[in-house]
Amino acid sequence: MLILDCPCCGRAADETELEGGGEAHLTRFGPGASDDDFERYLFLRGNPKGVHFERWRHAYGCGKWFLAARCTTTLEVFGTYAAQTTAPPPEIVAAIKARRPNWEAPV
Amino acid sequence: MPEARMAWNGAAFDGLAQVRELPVQGMISLRGDLASAPVQNAATEVTGAAMPGPRGVEGAGDSAIAWMSPDELLILLPHGTVQDALARMDAVLAGEHALALDMSDARAVFEVEGPAAREVLAKLCPVDLDPAVFGPGEMRRTRAAQIAVAFWQSGPHAFRLICFRSVAGYLFDLLKGAAHPAARVGVFDPSA
Ligand SMILES: [Zn+2]
Repeated sequence: MLILDCPCCGRAADETELEGGGEAHLTRFGPGASDDDFERYLFLRGNPKGVHFERWRHAYGCGKWFLAARCTTTLEVFGTYAAQTTAPPPEIVAAIKARRPNWEAPV
Repeated sequence: MPEARMAWNGAAFDGLAQVRELPVQGMISLRGDLASAPVQNAATEVTGAAMPGPRGVEGAGDSAIAWMSPDELLILLPHGTVQDALARMDAVLAGEHALALDMSDARAVFEVEGPAAREVLAKLCPVDLDPAVFGPGEMRRTRAAQIAVAFWQSGPHAFRLICFRSVAGYLFDLLKGAAHPAARVGVFDPSA
């Protein structure tokens, strides 16, 4: 069972209080974009085995969106942070590197 | 205005804990910047309660303020006073980017009381109900089985739960099952 600390309300939220929102830090491509960019934005996801950045909503709690860094194989949670970011913040990257020294942040 | 009717006719059940539907509770949803003075004043002036911090609930009985999210408060008032309170709040909130709305008829309220009340809730909600972790003064929004609820501790062995009116019967049946005399676990129950 996954438990994430909601950074918006400060509650430890059980998975059953949350709704998953898929991969985080996507770059949006809209009108005027190339077909390839639009396809990548709309359909193509990393789906990594290991460190993953995700969007979650505290649906049964405060109702707010936030982001989480976790490992898809072990369910280890490296941290949660505000949804209003375009890349993982330094403290999250540091927490991941402390546990996965060979991991490199995606560019 | 037609007379306010309870969602589940004041249903009651006596088991490991006493479960009962409470009379219609006045509720105003207040959304806005919780750091702004007019928003805080609108909440505190009509309830006489202090402004709660994150996750908190302040006040007593049916006049209270609960922190629901970083931009939302729930104002609890006696049902008959909601319209007057809304008018007063709108005056305090003039010019402020905020919303105060009467939500009383959208909700139902139940009370679970007795030494095993904690255990009844713990069976239904993904919440750590250890008295050292969850106590008076805290508002908890979560789920009970398949529906959204919010609850707080209203007495030494009593909790009040709010749910949507349309699922009041479902919540009552859940509470009844969790409070069934044959279903005692005894984890939080000092009398067990
Ligand atoms: Zn939350």
